Amino acid sequence: MASRLELPDVEWRRVSSKLIAVELIGAAISIVGMVAAAVALFLFGIGIPALILGVLAVSSLVTAAFIPRRVRAYGYALREDDMLFRRGLLFQRFVAVPYGRLQLVDINRGPLARAFGLSELKLVTAAATTAVTIPGLTEDDAVRLRDHLVDVAESRRVGL
Amino acid sequence: MTSDGNGPVERGPVGPDETPDPDETVASPVAERVLTPGGGESDLADGEWHRLHPATPLLRGGIGLLAIAGILAANLRDRIIEFFLQFEERDPIDEIIDRGLLLPGLAIAIAVLGVGILGFWLAWRMREFRVTDEVVELRSGILFRTQRRARLDRVQGINIVRPLVPRVFGTARLEISVAGNDAGVKLDYLGSAAADRLRTDVLDLASGAQRRAPASDAGAGPGPGGVVGRRVGELLAPELSREEAARSSVVHVSVSRLLGSLVLRDSTLLLLLLLVAGVVWIVSTDSWFVLFGLIPSLIGLAGFIARRFSRSLRYTIAGSESGIRIGSGLASTRNETLPPGRIHSIEISQPLLWRIAGWWQIRITRAASMKDQDGSGNDNVVLPVGDITDVRRVLDLLMPGTPGSELDEMLATGLTGASHPSESAALYVTTPARGRLWRPFSWRRNGVALHDRHLLLRKGRIWRSLIVVPLARMQGVSVHQGPLYRPTRLAHVRAHIVAGPVVASVGALDADDAVGVFERVLVGAERAAVADDSHRWKSNPVPDAETRPGPDLESPGARPEKETL
Repeated sequence: MASRLELPDVEWRRVSSKLIAVELIGAAISIVGMVAAAVALFLFGIGIPALILGVLAVSSLVTAAFIPRRVRAYGYALREDDMLFRRGLLFQRFVAVPYGRLQLVDINRGPLARAFGLSELKLVTAAATTAVTIPGLTEDDAVRLRDHLVDVAESRRVGL
Repeated sequence: MTSDGNGPVERGPVGPDETPDPDETVASPVAERVLTPGGGESDLADGEWHRLHPATPLLRGGIGLLAIAGILAANLRDRIIEFFLQFEERDPIDEIIDRGLLLPGLAIAIAVLGVGILGFWLAWRMREFRVTDEVVELRSGILFRTQRRARLDRVQGINIVRPLVPRVFGTARLEISVAGNDAGVKLDYLGSAAADRLRTDVLDLASGAQRRAPASDAGAGPGPGGVVGRRVGELLAPELSREEAARSSVVHVSVSRLLGSLVLRDSTLLLLLLLVAGVVWIVSTDSWFVLFGLIPSLIGLAGFIARRFSRSLRYTIAGSESGIRIGSGLASTRNETLPPGRIHSIEISQPLLWRIAGWWQIRITRAASMKDQDGSGNDNVVLPVGDITDVRRVLDLLMPGTPGSELDEMLATGLTGASHPSESAALYVTTPARGRLWRPFSWRRNGVALHDRHLLLRKGRIWRSLIVVPLARMQGVSVHQGPLYRPTRLAHVRAHIVAGPVVASVGALDADDAVGVFERVLVGAERAAVADDSHRWKSNPVPDAETRPGPDLESPGARPEKETL
């Protein structure tokens, strides 16, 4: 697809490829759960919900096939005045948050991601819609990035 | 800004007794303030703890509670007595006397009353506020103490609300809102004059100006003699003090226009049509019982219109040195001050039928959202209805420091314009012809333009709107592309602003244009942020700071802001 969005002159940093494993395992768990539930429902003779669950499981399987590409589509870049974040294959999204607008930076670790030593960084601005969440950072990276962002944000703070 | 605050900053006529001696003021500001005329109250913004108006418990629901208790007692009296005494026939008071229980009964009644009064009194005693140079603090509660603290440099607006009953009592509620959802300090209730003075002081403190003479401490001013006269004057004045009342509003919304604007709303008309259809149906099919279903919706509609109407009645908007003053209301009045730089977006829109009259409405987004006691917060509406010259005047106030010519051009191209070959195409980046599918009517209009300090989004051919986002307030920007846009190389641009009624996004732009806008907006946002100093808007003494944004704001640089772009 030649017509994809691309920002010129940006060196994207990619997230850890371990995230692929994390997301695959997560998808596998949910698919297995759905299939099990579908089978159970079918055995109890509840046909329609079983069918719906089955369809959901199949569609999850299809989207799971794109997980590696989707994870590679995540990217972030620290530029001079702002932080860029990109995500999405089918629905592409580029967000930029000027450093001065950062209100706080969260680090979240889910159980699966923690097993792989990954963290998720969430940037919060005064606008609820910004919603930048960078998954798949190694814990060191996440902490370093957070400290850096908080420092830069502090020095450039803009009033509300 | 002259920090000693003599002369020039004063608005309106000042009596000789109110003009402070600059030297004395600098030497002992507090002492000067205590001696201010107008009720003899000492100043409330001196960093000490103060209590609210003594009538507060009554006004904050005490009256209602008493009334409810009275109604309950009157209605349930017989039942309660029957239940407790197993007795029906005789008058309970006689019964109590007969049984020799008069004294204990009286004692109980008095005790209950006393506890209630004590509770209210304690609640009033424990509810204290103070205003220091940095924060406004309110602490309250008897058993469960709460303490709320609002930073003054984050003040988003100061609102003086006077519902009918407190207004009759000569009191007002002062709402100091700060960024955040329902964040802020509500001081209910204060004496009207005190509230007005406190507002001035808080704004002064928030502005970063030095503590200065009580320039506007005139309060109720030289009212027509006596307490009663002053009370009547306060009651009738559209704004709190006469000084404020004298200040002219830049826009006048006549009653007929207000009514027309309400009737011509899309939603009102739709409802009316439905009602007409319903009535026709009832008459033709003779099914009158449906009427019972229609009546509530009629009442609802009437109530909605009446509320909207009364809220927007006697609308005034004017500039002042510490921000925009917006006042409105007939029975219950509200008067809001918006300090400069607190506006996160401006939307100028036109419901379909307003086009007949050429009316527009202006709404803004702010970081603070104060929940209103009387229902839905309408206070995002800055101009309920106005023609193009009104819009121009209000924008002058909302976008201080923007040259008049730029505003004119912005309105001319932004409100009704569409990119035609004749027009300078460079101004707005609009939807390319291949995006016509997604914006069948408005594709020539649908677009985005970047000015020095503002991002403009122009949308809608049928429901026209123009959204202005001050770049200094923008929180982020994004570009999206979904599978539907991809084949035609279109994209969506969105400026992220704080949550509010305005969504600053525009779709169906050329992908390269969108990315270009994205990058340019970021550069502009950074410059605007560096130039922005509005969180302490008076802290930098600038020679021409006295040129406050007023009705005749044609001069740029009314705000101390650097021209960067």
